[in-house]
Amino acid sequence: MASFLTTLLVVAIVATTPLVLAIPLIWIERKVAARIQDRLGPNRVGPWGIIQPIADAIKLIGKEDITPAGTDKVVYNLAPIVAVASVVLMWACIPFAPNLIGVDLEIGVLYIVSVASLGTMAIMMAGWSGNNKYALLGAFRVVAQLVSYEVPLVLSLLIPVLLAGSMGMQDIVTAQQGMWFIFMAPVAALIFFISAQAETGRAPFDLLEAESELVAGFNIEYSGMKFGLFFAGEFVHVLTNGVLIAHLFVGGWWGLGVSAEGGILSNVLGLIYLVIKTTIFYFISLWLRNTLPRVRIDQLMNFNWKFLVPISVANLVITSLLLKISQVAGFAVDLTTNASFTAALPMTLLLLGGNIALILGVIAIYGFNIRRDRVQEEAQAEAIAHAPSH
Amino acid sequence: MVVQYLAFVIFSAFAIIGAAMVVWSRNLVHSALFLVMSLFGVAGLFILLSAPFLAAIQVLVYIGAIAILIIFAVMLTRSMTAIREPFNAQSWLGAVIGAVLFVALVAGMILPVWGWGSLPTLPQSDVVGTTRDIGIALVSADGYVLPFEVASLLLTAAMVGAIVIARED
Amino acid sequence: MVIPLWMYLIVAASIFSIGVFAVLARRNAVAVLMGIELMLNAVNVNLVAFWRYSTTDSSMGGQVFAAFLFVVAAAEAAVGLAIVIAVYRNRRSVIVEDVDMLRW
Repeated sequence: MASFLTTLLVVAIVATTPLVLAIPLIWIERKVAARIQDRLGPNRVGPWGIIQPIADAIKLIGKEDITPAGTDKVVYNLAPIVAVASVVLMWACIPFAPNLIGVDLEIGVLYIVSVASLGTMAIMMAGWSGNNKYALLGAFRVVAQLVSYEVPLVLSLLIPVLLAGSMGMQDIVTAQQGMWFIFMAPVAALIFFISAQAETGRAPFDLLEAESELVAGFNIEYSGMKFGLFFAGEFVHVLTNGVLIAHLFVGGWWGLGVSAEGGILSNVLGLIYLVIKTTIFYFISLWLRNTLPRVRIDQLMNFNWKFLVPISVANLVITSLLLKISQVAGFAVDLTTNASFTAALPMTLLLLGGNIALILGVIAIYGFNIRRDRVQEEAQAEAIAHAPSH
Repeated sequence: MVVQYLAFVIFSAFAIIGAAMVVWSRNLVHSALFLVMSLFGVAGLFILLSAPFLAAIQVLVYIGAIAILIIFAVMLTRSMTAIREPFNAQSWLGAVIGAVLFVALVAGMILPVWGWGSLPTLPQSDVVGTTRDIGIALVSADGYVLPFEVASLLLTAAMVGAIVIARED
Repeated sequence: MVIPLWMYLIVAASIFSIGVFAVLARRNAVAVLMGIELMLNAVNVNLVAFWRYSTTDSSMGGQVFAAFLFVVAAAEAAVGLAIVIAVYRNRRSVIVEDVDMLRW
């Protein structure tokens, strides 16, 4: 009975943490967006506008709960709940410190990806249940984008799994004690970051919201707290992505003074390091959001299927090839056991060389294609210019 | 353990009631959503059967892709007329066949052989299907590498076929 | 108490029978495809239940078979729904009974 109650308490804490973290995120979002756009941001409500999120929440809760006519009430009310639930479920598997994790599943990474794919179901439900064909069109485009960008996300997620030899989150973080995975696989980190940015629907891939185009897309018909739930869910999703990138590529809770066994000092320091790394990635995500223009849907799909997917497949092949070579040549290190910086260095250099070769190859192929297109265009322009005039 | 039994009852209820509502519901989008509920129940059953990898793949592939594909197809092929009769004229025969099949399976095969028969009905060992074992089985030479390659060919053929059939030519 | 094998088999049999009823009795082609997915799910449950309750060593045949079934179900759903959409584009109807002549 006591263990059951402990389990319930842990579940309550793990489920409330992301929802509570959504509140300062709203403030960070608005302040950073404002400063990048050379204005001040919220500064009326409390010092530096800190109480602004609470004012936002009160406004959203106090709004009238309008349900448009002709909607499917159950699906309409269920969609924001499923959207937030799919994000909160991800936090069950994420380690915060050497000893603080909800449940250390052996398939942790796969669980996170599976639960993230439930969000697309929520968007489909939201788009259809509004009884509005623009919402439906918006939902179609969004689901196409989300389903397409899952492919490079999972393919680049496999690289840390390959390097660590396990899909469990604590194993992946423990394997980075010598060398962070971002030095071994920078291309994978970049592709994961871009795909995660597209998965949550942040700019430059924000056709989901597109406040100036499709008038908020699939959540046209939502107002009040239901819209607030979608809103908060999106922010928490971006934060979750930041935490995931911190764990998968930048070492998670590793840092000076953290040991894998645990203890009070390790846990507190690990939490602080994780918060710092997550904030850095969240800030980069916000930075991209506020500076890059939006891409069109066909540019988005082209970018994904003709650029990201071949590169991630090639990256996977090259990484596994180089790992095998390093095993055969003898300087492979089993990263989950205590691998120090110098022991992991040869393998790191080999993989880094492979990644750089991949980048150079991509630039060469891309440059070759662009040069060929430009030569063709110039030939056509010359043919038009020298055409006999009647 | 009581908790396992309770979990089994809940997941089986999800699976069976979801399946029943798929067939019974007049609204096709509701049917698709009940299918999602049934798939969740099956994923839960996989977890109870010590196959966590398959449970995660069930959610990722079935719910995250196939169910969304079905909902897409439902929304793209909605007829503009009113909702007609969901069941066809031989639905009573279909119900009889389904019921006879169920009774034949349960009373004729499942209960005699594994219910009170001689074959063991309790788990033989504490196998936990780790992902590593599945991976080794899928690519080892005396494992299932040939069906694995054929399955990837099947997926490629299905992808090309679906694109060709659904194009606007 | 440990859940005996026949309970899983009865659950799988019931989902299978409901799927059979869906295929035989529904008029909409997409509903028929949903019934087929239900039947494949029931078979998966069966396979994994037998793998769990019958193996003494760690041979993964049941789970591997179930994984291949996922692949087959995904391929069949994709091609089936593509055919349904193509038929809808030509005949403006997805009712299975309306598609009964090979050509006009």
